[in-house]
Parts: sequence; structure tokens; C-alpha cells
Amino acid sequence: MRFVDEFRDPELARTLAGQIVALGEPGRHYKFMEVCGGHTHTIYKHGIEDYLPPSITLVHGPGCPVCVIPMGRVDDAIHIAEQPDVILTSFGDMMRVPGGHGSFLDAAAKGADIRMVYSPLDALKIAKQNPSKRVVFMAIGFETTAPSTALTVLKADADGVANFSIFCNHVTIIPAIKAILDSPDLRLDGFIGPGHVSTVIGCEPYRFIARDFGKPLVVSGFEPLDILQSVYMILKQLAEGRCEVENQYTRAVPWAGNARALQAITRVMELRPYFEWRGLGFISHSALKVTDAFAAYDAERIFEIPGVRVADPKACQCGEVLKGVLKPWECKVFGTACTPETPIGTCMVSSEGACAAYYNFGRFTRERVREAART
Amino acid sequence: MSQGRDTVPPAAAWAEQAVRESADDAELPPNGVGTPHLTKEQQVLARIERARRRKPKLREERITMAHGAGGKATHTLIEALFLPAFGNPVLERLEDQAVVGIGGVRLAFTTDSFVVSPLFFPGGNIGDLAVNGTVNDLVVSGARPLYLSAGFILEEGFPVADLERIVKAMAAAARAAGVTIVTGDTKVVQRGKGDGCYINTAGVGVIERDVSLGAAGVKPGDTVLVSGPIGDHGVTILLARGELDIVSDITSDTAALGGLVDSLLDATGAVRCLRDATRGGVATILNEVAKAADVAVVIDERAIPVRPEVRGACEILGIDPLYVACEGRLVAIVDGAGAQTALAAMRAHPTGAGAAIIGTVKDDPPGLVLLKTQFGGTRIVDLLVGDPLPRIC
Repeated sequence: MRFVDEFRDPELARTLAGQIVALGEPGRHYKFMEVCGGHTHTIYKHGIEDYLPPSITLVHGPGCPVCVIPMGRVDDAIHIAEQPDVILTSFGDMMRVPGGHGSFLDAAAKGADIRMVYSPLDALKIAKQNPSKRVVFMAIGFETTAPSTALTVLKADADGVANFSIFCNHVTIIPAIKAILDSPDLRLDGFIGPGHVSTVIGCEPYRFIARDFGKPLVVSGFEPLDILQSVYMILKQLAEGRCEVENQYTRAVPWAGNARALQAITRVMELRPYFEWRGLGFISHSALKVTDAFAAYDAERIFEIPGVRVADPKACQCGEVLKGVLKPWECKVFGTACTPETPIGTCMVSSEGACAAYYNFGRFTRERVREAART
Repeated sequence: MSQGRDTVPPAAAWAEQAVRESADDAELPPNGVGTPHLTKEQQVLARIERARRRKPKLREERITMAHGAGGKATHTLIEALFLPAFGNPVLERLEDQAVVGIGGVRLAFTTDSFVVSPLFFPGGNIGDLAVNGTVNDLVVSGARPLYLSAGFILEEGFPVADLERIVKAMAAAARAAGVTIVTGDTKVVQRGKGDGCYINTAGVGVIERDVSLGAAGVKPGDTVLVSGPIGDHGVTILLARGELDIVSDITSDTAALGGLVDSLLDATGAVRCLRDATRGGVATILNEVAKAADVAVVIDERAIPVRPEVRGACEILGIDPLYVACEGRLVAIVDGAGAQTALAAMRAHPTGAGAAIIGTVKDDPPGLVLLKTQFGGTRIVDLLVGDPLPRIC
């Protein structure tokens, strides 16, 4: 398939893998964090770690938008869905995420009208088709999806759709990376920077990571060769004693980002003073809410929100996994109490979470899998 | 927020309970004298295997869509509720059909319900599925399908013209498959209590061949084949729902597999197990085989036939074609020595023209499906918890 197969060529991968090995300093161990859950998924789905030498460890970061939503927000959303005449709409990945008292699927089984949509515009369409209902869109995601939510609110406003609102859970990537960098037990040598987010925010906001924290960052695409090339670029910086922000994903990411998308966000949303991230706790100025000008489309003002807070069980070690201090399998409850069927911690929630990716795609030691795959 | 950021809220009761219940599993297996030394990671993986082999528990208070998806949630429902209630050796094989002996004759018996939405789609309608699905569940045991029942649950207000189209499709599919619909039932529910038309079919066939097919008979060294491109049906249904605004010429692969199975079984005695890759797709079937036979199934992504349209739609949606339903695709596992004969026999039949060898069976790691990716890496192909595409058949 064009535009896909080119980025999955095993020949090119072998060449790159050879160059990566050659660049590594003998005896040195490298830990790189891929910030974005989409990268984590790609790494496991395509078996990229088979190409990396044992001296390179990939740490799976906090960039899975489903995983970072605290359980209490799921409970709040279900509370909205249980109000009279409400249709709650949500992306498919949220449906199975458990809150303190079950998931959207469970709430739907009890009678709430919760529907899966592929885009916020689908939610707006549902609002137009059901004028007697109050249609709420569960808005999640980083700056990647915030523009489409913002544009949908603008469209609802332009079309005069009064029965549509959003339950805004949009978060911003930079404060999360900063929270990880500020962590005292951090041991990272560089970052594979998020690709989709950067199509909106560009590469400039990452400067402080190289400047203040001395970690190289390479914004990366999502195909397997993109990720291998980004690893190569980070190693090359380290080998040459450079520490910069570089853009591997030039075919999609303009250095300055997407001004129109950013404008759409700032028209409709503004920063919250603080927001609770699952696994990372409260982070200042790390999430978005609807501005006063668009209060009519803000589910948090239309409905009484209970503001539920639910802690992760004490046994849960997601925070350490997110910071790269622990590998998924080193968590005490990994694969026993915490599985993709009953995810008690954020990293197991969606297929982009570090633990779920490891559980689903790499549950066995690489040697054993490689041995079996040998023909 | 009603609760401030300084208070520490309680954890979810269900999560704390899960931690308590699996406290025993959390113990690492001992690194005793005389046993091979396990690394920490190997110990953890062994612990997980132990947890996975534990009898599953039905935790939900209510049925959710995931319970009907054919993945882990469905398996949990079967193992935690249906098997303990109905348990008997015939059912416990958990094959697509029951095989029972009556007066020296071996009968295959099966049932299937159809709730596909939309009812009509490119390449067929619910009527085609209702006949072909049950016929296929019979023929994969090596049976000659004989008789079908047809039960209709109709919603008040359903257009008679639509029902006529469905019934005509069923009649044609039955003729093509060589089965007779000999009994039936009709129920009507009030408007809003159903979704147009649901159909249940049951079928019986007779196993005249001297074969005993089943997942438990699969052995290391066997070869895995599929009869054609995978995922056509699931993607067709998804596109037919019109939610994605993608236009494509792709049509459902719904077909009766009797002729193909006959050609294959006539050509070689090497066949160990046949499955009709419906809900949950090829990945789910291979997981069932790996578990039933306690073997590893290793498949090669580059060898798996997938139409470009199906691959494209799956790429856009982030779904793996391996999990997408087919309605006329056979997965065959044969003794490695007979693989080429089996492949040639499948390709010689029109329904199997696109057949391919996609993998092999190994002994380790048992119970697992592994994929060699197109990119040249390796990974596990696990059962999904739910289905990305509900009501596909």
C-alpha cells in the first residue's frame, strides 16, 4: 500500500539498525522516552525493539490521552449521561475505561444513552438529529484533537445548535513532559517527541528540554522506520555532543506548527489553573476548559458536576512506569490484578498505554519469541 | 471540584478488590534448587501465565456489548456461566459445532443467531449470513450439512418487502449449500423492542468421512492456511453503516464453504482442524487453537492475504485486519507434510482461489499466537477484550 509500505521496509530497517549499533558508545546504556502513546503502539505492533541493541531501552511516556483521564472524570461523565434526555458521545477508546463505578459500557448497560463517534462533528450531527435531547461530547486528547473540538463548538455556534455541549478534558503536552523532567528519580538520555501534537504546536515549545534539561528531543513520525530514524538522530546528537530539538517528521510537522489550529483552540478554550492527571497527579496549567464566551457549550456549566475524585489503588505503580523508573512488568500488580480486562491503573487502560502494549504485544521475553519465530 | 486537591480520595472498591483477589498470584514462583534459574522478568511472566490460566470470573453486574464480541469477555461469559451450568463432554470441546453419535451415525449440530446491522450490505444480506454461517459451522467438522431451522424475531413495523428479500436470499443460499430448511418459528416484538429483524438458525449434518477434526488435535510442525483475503466482511459492514464516509467497491465474502472443505478433505488426509473465521477474525481462531492444543502458532504478516481496500480502511481506523470478521473464509491447520497438497486443493476450488500458507505451529511458548511483522519484528497476537466492530453478523 502506497505511503505506508515505504515506511515499513525491513531492508532499510536493517541498515538503520546497523547504523544505530555503530553510533552507540561501547558499555553505555541509553534510555529514551517516547512521549506519545501512538509511538508506544507502533513500537509494539511492529516489533521495533527487535531491531534495537540491548543497550537501548525505550521508556513509554504519558502521551496516551485516554490513559491520563482520572477515574473521577469518567464518573463525572457518567453522571452527566444519567441526567434526563442526555446523549453522551465519546471516542471508542473511552468506552471501556473504568471509573470508580464502572465504564461507559457498563453505564450504557444500565440504561444511559452513550454512543461512540469517530469525530466531534458526528456528535454535533447527533445533536441536530435529536433536537429534544441534550448531546454532550466527551472531549479528550492533547493539542492534537483540541482543534477539532474547538472547531465543532464554533460550528455549533454558527449553526445555532443549542442542545450541544462538550465535557472538556483536553490536556496540554508540555506541562506533562515538564513534570517528568522535574522528577528527581528520572533517568532519561533523550526524547522521541510526539508527532501528531507537534503538527499543531510545532517544535519550538520543546526548546527548554534541550536548553534547560540538557536532553535531546527528536519529533518523530508514527511508522516504524520513523521511530528507528529518530532513535538514530538522538544517538547522533549524543555522539556529536549536541543537544537540540530536531524534526524527523518534516512531512507532517511544520516547525512553527499550525497557526489556524492554535487560533481555534484559543478562541474556544483557555488553560485551567490545574488538572489532575492519572498516574502523575495535579499539574498546573496542564489542561483546557471552555472560555466564558462559549459557556453555552460547556457541559461543566450546564450540568451539576459532582467533581468525583478516585485514587488509584496503593499497589498501582503507574507513576513510576510513566516516568521510566519501572518497566511495566516490574509493577507489583502487572498482569495479575491489573490486566486489559480489568485495568486498575492508567497504563493498562488503552492499547496505547505502556502496560497494555507490553501485555498485549510483548508479554514474553524477546529471546523466546524470536526463537519461536525463527523458521 | 467539590473535593480539593489536598485531600486524598479513596480508591475504587472494585480495584482494591482485584488487588486482594490476586494477592496469591502476586507471589513470584520460587527459584528452587534443581529448577532452571529464572530471571526476574521470566518469573513475572510465569506469574502472569498462572493468573491467565485461572478460571475467569464474571465481574460485570450487567451484560455489555463486549460480551457479544467473541473476544475475552465472551470467553469469560462462556467459561464462568454457561459451561458450569450446562457442562458436558460434548460442549466442553468448545468447537463451532457439537458432534454426537446416534445409532452408529455421527451427527454435527450447531446454532447461530444473526443481529447484523445494517441488514442489507454489498455482497449479501442477513439472510445469506444466517444460512452460510450455520452451514459453515457444520462443514468445518467434516460434516455434510442436511437440515436447517430458521427462527425470526421481527420488530413491529418491519417492511414485508425487506423480509421477502431476506427470505429469498436464505432460500438461494440454502439451495447453493445443498441444505433444506425444514422447520422454523416467527415472533414479533413491539416497535422499539428489536432492530428490524433478527434471525436464528440451527443446523444438523452427518459426518460420513472417517475424520475427527478439532483444535485439540493440532501439533507442532503443522501448517496454517487461509482460503482467501481476510477481513472483507467486517470492513464491508463498517463502510455500509455510512459513518465513515469512505466509498469502496469492497463486498462481503459471505459464502458456504462446503465445496471447498470437500475438495480439501478429498485431496489430503493431513487436515487436523478447520475453522470458519467469523467474529473476532483469524486472530481469535488461532488463539483458540493455541490454547486448546497448548501450542504456539507463528504467523507471517507478509503471507496473510488482505485486500488493499481492507488494509486501507483498517489503517485509518487503527484496527488490525487479523481481528476483522470474515463470513466465508476457512482457516485450515494441516500436518506440515501435507501443506502443499492442501494449498493446491484449496486454490483449485473457486472459493479458495486466494488461499495462502500463513504460518506454522511450534511447541513454545504454548498457548500463544506470535506474528512476524511485515517490518521484520515479532510480537504477540492476543485475544481482544471486546470487538472494535459490534454487530458484524
